[in-house]
Amino acid sequence: MLTEIVGKPVPRKEGRSKVTGAARYVDDLRMPGMLYGATVRSPVARGRIRSVTFGEGIPWDEFVVVTAEDIPGENAVALILLDQPYLASEFVNHAEEPILLLAHADKQLLERARRAVHVDIEPLPAVFTLADSLAQKEIIWGEDNVFKSYLVDKGNVDDVWAQADLVVEGEYSTGAQEQLYIETNGVIAVANPEEGVTVWGSMQCPYYVHKALLKLFALPPERVRVVQCETGGGFGGKEEYPSMIGGHAALLSWKAGGRPVKIIYDRAEDMAATTKRHPSLTRHRTAVTADGQLLAMEIEFIVDGGAYATLSAVVLSRGTIHAAGPYRCPNVRIRSRAVATNVPPHGAFRGFGAPQSIFALERQMDKVAAAVGLSPSEFRRRNFIREGETTATGQVIREPVDMAGLLDRAFELTDYEAKRERFARENAAGGVGGVKRGIGFASFMHGAGFTGSGEDYLKSIVGAEADAEGRVRVLAASTEIGQGTNTIFAQIASDALKLNYDLVEMAQPDTGNVPDSGPTVASRTCMIVGKLVESAALGLRQTLQGAGLLATDDYTEDDWRKACREYVERYGALKSFSQYKPPPGVRWDDEKYEGDAYGAFAWAVYVAEVSVDTLTYETRIDDFVAVQEVGKVVHPILAAGQIEGGVAQAIGFTLYENVVWQEGRMVNNGMTNYVIPTSADLPPIRVHFEEQPYQYGPAGGAKGIGELPMDGGAPAILNAIEQATGVRFTHVPLMPEALMRGLSKDA
Amino acid sequence: MIEAAAKVEVHCTVNGARQTLRVHPLARLLDVLREDLGLTGTKEGCGEGECGACSVLVDGELVNSCLVPVLQIEGAEIKTIEGVSAGGAELHAVQQAFIECGGAQCGICTPGMVLAAVSLLAQIPQPTDADIRNGLAGNLCRCTGYMKIFDAVVRACERAGVKA
Repeated sequence: MLTEIVGKPVPRKEGRSKVTGAARYVDDLRMPGMLYGATVRSPVARGRIRSVTFGEGIPWDEFVVVTAEDIPGENAVALILLDQPYLASEFVNHAEEPILLLAHADKQLLERARRAVHVDIEPLPAVFTLADSLAQKEIIWGEDNVFKSYLVDKGNVDDVWAQADLVVEGEYSTGAQEQLYIETNGVIAVANPEEGVTVWGSMQCPYYVHKALLKLFALPPERVRVVQCETGGGFGGKEEYPSMIGGHAALLSWKAGGRPVKIIYDRAEDMAATTKRHPSLTRHRTAVTADGQLLAMEIEFIVDGGAYATLSAVVLSRGTIHAAGPYRCPNVRIRSRAVATNVPPHGAFRGFGAPQSIFALERQMDKVAAAVGLSPSEFRRRNFIREGETTATGQVIREPVDMAGLLDRAFELTDYEAKRERFARENAAGGVGGVKRGIGFASFMHGAGFTGSGEDYLKSIVGAEADAEGRVRVLAASTEIGQGTNTIFAQIASDALKLNYDLVEMAQPDTGNVPDSGPTVASRTCMIVGKLVESAALGLRQTLQGAGLLATDDYTEDDWRKACREYVERYGALKSFSQYKPPPGVRWDDEKYEGDAYGAFAWAVYVAEVSVDTLTYETRIDDFVAVQEVGKVVHPILAAGQIEGGVAQAIGFTLYENVVWQEGRMVNNGMTNYVIPTSADLPPIRVHFEEQPYQYGPAGGAKGIGELPMDGGAPAILNAIEQATGVRFTHVPLMPEALMRGLSKDA
Repeated sequence: MIEAAAKVEVHCTVNGARQTLRVHPLARLLDVLREDLGLTGTKEGCGEGECGACSVLVDGELVNSCLVPVLQIEGAEIKTIEGVSAGGAELHAVQQAFIECGGAQCGICTPGMVLAAVSLLAQIPQPTDADIRNGLAGNLCRCTGYMKIFDAVVRACERAGVKA
């Protein structure tokens, strides 16, 4: 009998090809007769297209040119609504909106041609800020600029304000953030009426691209095929955009009679034109008793969705549900809205609305604690949610949860209490050499899987197949984008079948060959899809047992191989499929936004220690500890890698990553001017897991972890900076200039 | 303009093999490696020398190949990710350590990061924590938060025979 593979740091499945440079990303592929594609985009934020002219000196007859008129199906990127065109034909609603496509075999000439296309646009008044959109300065989308709104209403907050000992208000905001995967968006397409459409590319969700292409070309599902290549990072940035660039390359290929067309964005185009994290504004009004019991939370949460609806409704949903955090509070009202502005649509980015609303909440919790006269930790301890209590949506927490225990562990690992005291003393004496120090924390949760009834609608399917040699392949559309899908799925299937890890592989995600296991998003791959991998794998064994080829559950690898060989010889392919079914007792009301929002939550306390130089206004993070309960840890190194990487992105979000807008365009769209943390900038990131197995999770109880580490960094760091400086900053990114202004005001 | 310039002959050694290239003099070394020589392990991340995904060794020195006009490599010895291991099944100690320690996630920065680590260990065989952080600071990784990469460098230098 083999020992368990789950929980062991087995080598990453595609590790060898990645460290040797052998892994093939889409830009590494070339096809005979291939053309390169480019996109002509809107130079203005909003307007009416008057004319398109093709400049002198370019052999235009050699070019493939595609406009909206060439679209065989519907000119809309199919996602939630159909409001975003593939190519603008009359109006443009944001800068960088695609208007026309070009293809040519010569990349240099293609770029000259792109610059030689002149689009004449009559400008219309545009809206660039949340405030202007809410004030309806111009109506730029629908009837009121609002893509979506939600209301979560628990108890009755209105009855509380008058009798509360204390009511504390606060307003918080967050900026846009670029995903900055190191591999830019890219695809290759082959498309013609005879063979249909095939797209290879860098992506998270092959079936999203598939769905979008069906609509764009008005083709039946079997005529469209989407294949994921090795993908150089996603973080949400390759959730929806591949449908756009994939459609563009396919349109060019279609017009070129089926010649392959490759589109690879350069960094400037990728940063300027593709999605970013939604900027947000949150207002809090919190009622507490004199001894620090939460009585009511009223939260208004608004996100800037950009020019088209895209995924904003779902980003808003997750941000809304996480806005009240891991606290017990009898009365909660959360009103939220996603509004339109004339900037490129904002989209998915790790955390998906939750980092924004959790930032606001965890800053507010420190503010309320100070108002009540309690330490931030004591105030939270008095309000942490416990098993059997309800969240803001009325979800009863049925799993054991121990936020106070996580807090204790995090404090012990950081020596928090002693440092907090020491820093207070030193800062009161003016700091050390102009440097003031602080330590702060945030406590939070993150739900795994699609919200509410989402997984029920998706009805994801995973397959497993075994060949005559007993080798097992997992068939799923869930993508490896660096997070370790290939490895953890192989671990889960190996353990389910008690087989050697080397005997299990993942099939390449290819809609022509794998079932729709849903998108690779929402911290769902391990917990939701992993469970399906486990049951599909077990299905193989049951099939062999049903056929009388495996006598018991106690078999050797040779028994397995022999049984597979005999099965395949007798009956042909050995395959098994498993489809999602919700765990028992799950209840969700989409109308009232009430009930069981997520199958399970991961719980966490993150602590940051900072130094603020009061002369240079530089903030350094000296130490960062991430303590979380994530159910069973499937792979300790990959799991820690997820947390460390997420924390690094959160540190960027907090201190470095500032998207500078001018008239709706990102003007620092290069790595020189948009700065992410380097190896020299980051503190040690110390990761600690608690494991409380989730009864419906795979591999002995795994939950989701992908997004969690993005949530806690920003509030923990600003809470620490508040201790260091005494200034209550409310916006991230907190750039040195803002720090300087804050400190000068204070002085 | 690049397309107007005549092609020139450039001689160099790439991963131990002598090459005579007929190229535009201002072509980027990155494109020549990827397109003329098919060495696609070298990646483009930004095209402006910030991210280090295109790092290669030129005469033992770590450079961003997106910033090097090919004319500058006349007579030079170039090593790309494809030339890091001696060949065969055995990996370079740095590559092996990257696999064991989780230094590669999405893998797109990995070739450049491996070369940066190889170059660092060639200069400083027993680097301190600060040496490692500074030595890799020209190579951006968006996935790992760098901690597992540091672990990999430490593991690699614990093993004997680390040479660029």
